[in-house]
Amino acid sequence: MANKATAFLIGWRIEMKKTKIIENIIHGIFLILGLITVASVLLITIYLVIAGIPAITEIGFFKFLFGKKWASTAAEPAFGILPFILTSIYGTAGAIVLGVPIGFFTAVYLSKIATGKMREAMEAAVSLLAGIPSVVYGLVGMLVLVPGIRKIFHVPDGASLLAAIIILAIMILPSIIKVSITALDAVPKEYEEASLALGATPIETYFRVSVPAAKSGIAAAVVLGVGRAIGEAMAVMMVSGNVPNMPSLFQSVRFLTTAVASEMAYSSGLQQQALFSIALVLFLFIMLINVTLNFFLKKGGKTA
Amino acid sequence: MKKIIGLLMTSALCVGILAGCGTKEVVNETTNGIVTENLSVSTDGSTSMEKVIGSLGEVFQQETGISFTYNPTGSGSGIKAVSEGRCDIGLSSRDLKEEEAASGLTATVLAYDGIAIIVNPENPVEELTSETLAKIYTGEIKNWSEVGGNDTEIVLIGREAGSGTRDGFESITGTEDACKYRQELTSTGDVITTVSQNPGAVGYASLASVKDTVKAVSVDGVAPSEETIKDGSYVVQRPFVLVTKTDEALSEGAQKFFDYITSDEAVEIIAGAGVVAAK
Repeated sequence: MANKATAFLIGWRIEMKKTKIIENIIHGIFLILGLITVASVLLITIYLVIAGIPAITEIGFFKFLFGKKWASTAAEPAFGILPFILTSIYGTAGAIVLGVPIGFFTAVYLSKIATGKMREAMEAAVSLLAGIPSVVYGLVGMLVLVPGIRKIFHVPDGASLLAAIIILAIMILPSIIKVSITALDAVPKEYEEASLALGATPIETYFRVSVPAAKSGIAAAVVLGVGRAIGEAMAVMMVSGNVPNMPSLFQSVRFLTTAVASEMAYSSGLQQQALFSIALVLFLFIMLINVTLNFFLKKGGKTA
Repeated sequence: MKKIIGLLMTSALCVGILAGCGTKEVVNETTNGIVTENLSVSTDGSTSMEKVIGSLGEVFQQETGISFTYNPTGSGSGIKAVSEGRCDIGLSSRDLKEEEAASGLTATVLAYDGIAIIVNPENPVEELTSETLAKIYTGEIKNWSEVGGNDTEIVLIGREAGSGTRDGFESITGTEDACKYRQELTSTGDVITTVSQNPGAVGYASLASVKDTVKAVSVDGVAPSEETIKDGSYVVQRPFVLVTKTDEALSEGAQKFFDYITSDEAVEIIAGAGVVAAK
């Protein structure tokens, strides 16, 4: 009897040891897989810093960031990226101004008002919009939007900051709508029921109760939209004309992203290094946006 | 946590070291162009010739096994490299200057890079002189009515800095760094599409890629075609020149390469790169 018990115990221990080893191995595999992501981020960061610093020091920090002229292959090259920085900021701001109201109201409608088939169909459309490749946006922009702007506003050429802003506004809609819907859906039913019970109309309830309760999520949606807009290259390159002018609504402009993308193919020497430096500046912008995003998300986590 | 960071740092370092090795090897190969056990040919020069010489070199290397290198440095330094014996064949996208020819170099034209000036088919302008073309691109002439067209503003479409076509166009028309572009596009296809969309637009593209959606104008009374480019009457063109030493024989590998790219076999490959073979 006692022997049997010990035998069972020993067997059980061996079993446990085996499972533990397998557990550990699986643990290790997951860790390695996770580290791939971290290593990629680290490698890219380190590489960008190493590749981006030399040109900035050679050109001069202020001359590079605040120089107004970019002529990378001229006999006397000039490497000032202020036009790109301003264009990226203006373009993103414009896209937010156009895209956030549309996205926000769509999200409120879909989350609170639309029911059944309507919501399903519209959400499917939003998902589809998110899945369209940026080159397709660019192509449609090039063939429809750019000639359209030329005809409507009677300007000689439609490739402009305005065209880029419109394209970007459409491109950031899906991220704004989807994240906002998630935030609005997460608002506890009791809040709204209490408001309705107190005699508020449904619309009052949505904008006075639901939206304030979901505000950190909606803010995160906007920041996500900013990130998408500032990082977009392909679509913007096809509609904005790519001339390094100071930004103006109907001027041909060049963004930080397109500055890198359009010249990389044939670049060499200091020009190429300067392109890496532009990428570094862009990277810092994106980091800043990420930090902001984390801030909003954490704030949201606390209140909920 | 510390362990993880340590692990990360080591792995990042390892990858860095490996990557460093890789690039160094490649650099060695291209700058020296010398592979000891085999025949080889090294070329050096014009960046505009990258596409044509690259595709020729690729096929040549595949067919003969002779290693081929190309160092894109620019026409001037390519000519210098061959005269100093640092490469077998220099590549130049302009004719040799008198003093260069006098210093014992021979130029053999490989191909002609013809650049068509394209406008929208709706544009009634059929012909421009090379002076007006330069004036249009430097912004001196701003309206099509000044050159016999409709009263629409001229929209200048060009290529991005560093493009061979842009370099060619600007050096031929003498408008280097002076062009007032409205749009700088990154491919020939984009230029053609944009010009076909805008009745006020003018652009440039290699002749081989011009399609029916746009109209190529005559320059100084000559319409661009393979014949007018070859006989030199169409002026917006430049030769792609192979530069060799006059009184020194090429190495065996280089001679084979030279014979190959000037043979009938190579014509198709040259045309594939968008230029007109000299043959």
